[in-house]
Parts: sequence; structure tokens; C-alpha cells
Amino acid sequence: MQTAGKHIRKYTGKRYRLEKPELLAPAGNLEKLKFAVHYGADAVYIGGQKYGLRSGADNFSLEEMREGVEFAKKYGAKVFVATNIYAHNEDLAGIEAYLRDLHSVGIAAIIVADPIIIDTARRVVPELEVHLSTQQSTVNWQAVQFWKEEGLPRVVLGRETSLEEIEEIKQHVDVEIEAFIHGAMCSSYSGRCVLSNHFTDRDSNRGGCCQSCRWKYDLFEDARPAEAWISEEEARDNSVLRQFQLGVNQLPLFNEEDNSFTMGSKDLCMIEHIPDLIDVGVDSFKIEGRMKSIHYVATVVNVYRQAIDAYMADPDNYVLKQEWLEEIQKAANRPVNTGFFYDVPDHEDHIYEPEEKAMPYDFAGLVMEYDQATGIAVIQQRNHFKPGQEIEFFGPKGTFFKQTVGKIWDEQGNELDAARHPLQRIKMKVDHPVSYFDMMRKKK
Amino acid sequence: MGKKPELLVPAGSLVELQAYLDCGADAFLIGEDKYGMRLPGNFTPAEIAEAVKIAHARGAKVYACVNNLVSNELLEDLQDYMKQLAAAGVDGVEFGDPAVLQIAKQVAPQLSLHWNAEMTSTNYSTANYWGSKGASRVVLARELNMDEITEMQPHLEIESEVQVHGMTNIYHSKRSLVRNYMAHQGRVIGENESVGKERGLFLIEAERQEEKFPIYEDCNGTHIMSSDDICILEDLHMLLAADVDSMKIETILKPMSYNEIVIRVYRQAIDTYFADPEAYEFDEAWIEAIRQVQDPERELSFGFFYKEQVY
Repeated sequence: MQTAGKHIRKYTGKRYRLEKPELLAPAGNLEKLKFAVHYGADAVYIGGQKYGLRSGADNFSLEEMREGVEFAKKYGAKVFVATNIYAHNEDLAGIEAYLRDLHSVGIAAIIVADPIIIDTARRVVPELEVHLSTQQSTVNWQAVQFWKEEGLPRVVLGRETSLEEIEEIKQHVDVEIEAFIHGAMCSSYSGRCVLSNHFTDRDSNRGGCCQSCRWKYDLFEDARPAEAWISEEEARDNSVLRQFQLGVNQLPLFNEEDNSFTMGSKDLCMIEHIPDLIDVGVDSFKIEGRMKSIHYVATVVNVYRQAIDAYMADPDNYVLKQEWLEEIQKAANRPVNTGFFYDVPDHEDHIYEPEEKAMPYDFAGLVMEYDQATGIAVIQQRNHFKPGQEIEFFGPKGTFFKQTVGKIWDEQGNELDAARHPLQRIKMKVDHPVSYFDMMRKKK
Repeated sequence: MGKKPELLVPAGSLVELQAYLDCGADAFLIGEDKYGMRLPGNFTPAEIAEAVKIAHARGAKVYACVNNLVSNELLEDLQDYMKQLAAAGVDGVEFGDPAVLQIAKQVAPQLSLHWNAEMTSTNYSTANYWGSKGASRVVLARELNMDEITEMQPHLEIESEVQVHGMTNIYHSKRSLVRNYMAHQGRVIGENESVGKERGLFLIEAERQEEKFPIYEDCNGTHIMSSDDICILEDLHMLLAADVDSMKIETILKPMSYNEIVIRVYRQAIDTYFADPEAYEFDEAWIEAIRQVQDPERELSFGFFYKEQVY
């Protein structure tokens, strides 16, 4: 794992809080919500049709939200809705009705950046909890205190906050602190980037971000003397100054073989540092990725669930398990680091090299049924697989085994040479018991 | 006809402040990088007090820029700083972080507060919300268009400030992006080598060879600026008619001589309009004066004034 290296530095703060933190997972649609909850999330956050920052995600209708809330309730889990845009004038009408709707379908909390949505929620549906979004880039205790006084029980801190700063904040203000612990990161202060607006007229703060920070740039130094700043007309009459017009004195600060400049960051991964996060008093561990796959959500939630439970059960004998690291890697999109928790990121924390292909594993099938007597499972096909392939089964609480795909049949009992059809129900013998919601993955 | 708006200019030094005062600026935004973001230069508290004296003697105002995202560590110093600003007699303080608002209430309740959250000051209701918390002015996001700006004026319960000229910040990170890149390249960074404003660094995106985006680092991290300069001069009368209270000319990363010309031109346009709004006509010579000194590699544009953004 790449989270190690220079950042290994044991946090030395004292442990003063032993309540179990919440594991908060992203859910881009209803199916992802179910997986997140089943694999151990205490709460999920979703987007509605309006006011959210992921206009590219599926997002939930009210009816889907209701169903998601019902499903989560069976597990004792909560559903939050991200209403985290910075509103423009035209967005203002309709906020009240929308918030009432969210409350009526049983949403536990909204995650908000724009104070006018906070204010409206407090006024119109005071029973609906309001959490301050990371988009506010809150990084000090005095600002946290301000939001607490505004009636917010929880603040999602800016990703620039270190563990030490989090501890100071917890010591000054009695408020729930939520922190991102895993997933992709803005390299800017959240909300303080309009690259997308400038490059493509897409409004980043209303969900239109086109990730310009991950594009490639060249770095130059402008060595034109100030006198070169003349009009084109003047330049035409002056051959000496004309050269500056042509960029002659603009020096590239890179060589041909160098990687391009980029602002793109490695992804955050705190699996190796769960005790530190719990000890400083982070109340909610947030996983990023409403746009990510079911496989990602289930895998990542599964691992953090186990780590948190293990530490809380016996902090003194807690050991980081190698298998957790291996599992997390299987859902990794990019190289990872520890963000700002231990230090301000440096040159090793960006992705200058061409990005390698994402995730080495595919979600191949979902276990629907299992017959204990015969050892035959019914698998819903989610990606191509065929006899002879090495596959892995995994389920909640870290259940896991590998096997080779043997014979496979369709539901009518016809033997197949491959599972080709999306969502087709395939029968196969499995080496160990499995259950509904267990997942089958294969190496790409 | 509304009232004459203030012409506001950030100044990087007392020399600049004097010069811009002579060009017709009504108000100044000054401060230091430790507390304020993206300033053209640093003023010590003593210099701020001096600036206030100079400006007040000529009927101009001075606002202190305290719009950083504040760390825990800075909170303590911030208390003293706010007291110093109040003692210096500044006419207002620009803030973005609610911590500044909290501290101002405690140690300097007499200070006027201007809410400036940069890209995220995007609607009148939120501006009024900050008004209810004690702000007397909102600095509107530069990503708003003319319709949005003009339609919000009647709804605003506090003053509004709009940038009419110059570059804008489009990305701010706490990371040292330039130094990180150089370290990645294996480039040796000299002890006195600057990656700050004075170095003239810029980025070119692979598919936009004509656009140059200035980039620099300071104690607040890395700042990337727009490749074009806003220039609303041609349609200034629309903002004047809309009753915007303050018009800002951004001076950062420009030579003083350039800023002087720009300030004079806007001063003239505003005065001409208010002498007789009915008869007001845009004078091509005004913008021509700016074009004469405009960096040919930076487009004068309407920014987002006439853009529709999608999301």
C-alpha cells in the first residue's frame, strides 16, 4: 500500500472518547444504497433530483428515497441527502417544498453548503438535521462554533484539516465532526475552484465539475520585461519588442521527457490509521464516491466496518490486517495517500504519471440464492465470466474465499460455455456457503 | 438614478495607494497575506493606520482584507489583528471565514464587515443571511452573469460589490503545487528562488495554447488566476443603473502604470454617467486607452457577465 512511506507517524494524542464512530457511505442509487447498508454502513448519503453536487449521478426520486429509508431502517441505518450546491437566485424558489419532501420520506439529515439552505431548513423543517458540507471548507474551531450556534449538530470539515487540528476542534466545541477518510479528493479547497466554469462553462459549485484539475498542463515562466506590455499596433512598428509578442521570452519550466504539470491528487485512504481517527474523536467516517460502482462501495465499506469494529472491540490488541489492505486495493481507482491528516501533501501526493487503468477487479456476479444441500448458488450475472476462471466470493464481515468457476447452467438447467447476458440468473457450484448479497469478482 | 458607486481598488503599498488616490479611487482594499487572500502587496498594521490617515484626509475609505480560510493556529493572532484594525480606524473588514465574524463581534464590534466568499457568494438570500449575522456588504462572485447581478440588487438588504476589471482567482489549494511539480521533476529549487507573484509563472492547458493562466504560491498555498481580464467598461452603465454600491478594479499581477490608467478610465466613465445619465454614451477612447497598455496575451473580456453556465 502506498499510504505508508513518509507519512507513517503515530498520532500521539490521548484517547478520550470511546463511542463508536459512524461509518458513512456514498450511495449513487437505490441498489448501491442497499449494498452499502448490507455491507455495514451506519448511514448513507445520497443525492436527490435537485440541489446536489453530482448532476452526473443517477440520483434518487422521492419514491426511491422512501424505499431506501425503509431498507436502511431494517439495519438501523440512516439516510442523508446531499443538498450541497451553492445556490444562485434561480435556485431559491422551491427549496422549502423540497426540504419538506425530504423530511416527509424519512431522511435523517441533509448535508448543506449554502447558508440559505441551512437557514431555510431550520425554519421550515426544524426536525430535519442539518450537517455542514465540506464545501464550506471549515478548518478551525471558531468557525465550527459558529455553525453549532446556528443549530447544526454536525460539521464535515474541510479536507485540509490535520488530526491535531481535529482534536483541537473537538476540545473546543461539543459538536459531531465528520471527516472524509477514503476516496477521491479535490486538490483545491472545496468550493474554491472554478476551473470547470472557465474551461467548459460548467458550474462546478452546482454539480457541473468536469475535473479540469486532472488535465495536463505545461508550466512556463514569463520573462518578458514590463516594457513588452505594449499594444499590437505599437509592436508592429517595433521589431525589438515584437519578439516578446511571439512568446520568445516565455521559458518552459519542463523538459521534453518530463511529465506534465497537474493539480490532480492521489486518492485518500485511511485504512492504516483507523485508531488515530477514532482517538482524536472523529464521529463520522465518510467514504467518497456517489459515482462509484456497487463493487467499490461494498468492498470499501466492508473493510472499514471490520477495522472500526475490531478497534472498538479491543483497542489495545488491535492489529491492522493484511487482508484489509488487499481488499481495499481491489477497489482502488488511483494511488492513495493520507491527505492532510498528518502533513500538507507534497510532490509524492499528486498523480503526474499517466493514470493506469482503474480497478484490477470486475464485479462479475451477485449471489441471489444458495442451496445448502447441493452447494449450488444462483448468481445474477453482472459481467462476463466462464468456466475455468479464477473468481472470489466475498460478503459482509469479511467472509471471503477463492475458487475456480466450474460448470455453469442457466435456470432451465442448460449448460453454458460462458455467462454473457447481463442480469441472467446462472447456477454454479460454490466451494463454501454463500448468501444473498454476497458478491463474486474476477480479475480483469 | 441611484447613488454614485464607490470605485474600489486593492493597493499593494502606500506608494500605490497614493498613486491610485490621485487617479480617482474612492476606496482601498489592503492587508497582508497572513490574513487576507491574493493581495497585490503587504501592509503592516502600522502602514494600514498610515493608509487610513492618507485616505481619510482625501475623503477615501480603507477596507482591510481578512478573507483567509483561518487555521486554529491563526485564531489567536487574529484577535489582536482585529483590534489593531479597529484602532487603525479602517472603514470595514472583508471576511469569508465565519471565525472572523465571531472574533469581530467579541473584540471589535464597531467594525463594518464585508462578506466575501469568492466563488460562493452567488445569491441574494445568502447575502442577506450574512447581513443578518452582521455583514454590511456582499462581494458578489465573479461567476455571476449580468442578469443575476442586476436582478438581485432590489432584493439585497446589504450593499453589493462587483468586480468590473482585472483578473480573477479560479483555483485555490493549500498545497504547494509549483514546488511539488518542480520536486517531482527533480528540479533543484534555489534557496532564494521564488514561486511567488513576482516570478511570472503561468500554465498552459494542452488544448488551449492561446490561454495563459498565472499561477503563484504564497503562505496560503497555490493560486491559479484567469487567463483573461474582465473589462465591463463598455457596459458599465448597466451596472451603474442597477445600483451596485461598489465597483472593484482588481490590481493584482499588473504593473502600477497599467492600474493607474484603468482607474482613471473607470473614474471618468462613472463621473460622466452621473453628470447626466440620460446623455451618457460609452466613449471608445476609454477602452482604447486600456488596450494601449493591455498585455496582448491577455484578452479583455466580459468574464461571466454574458455567459450561461450549465451543470
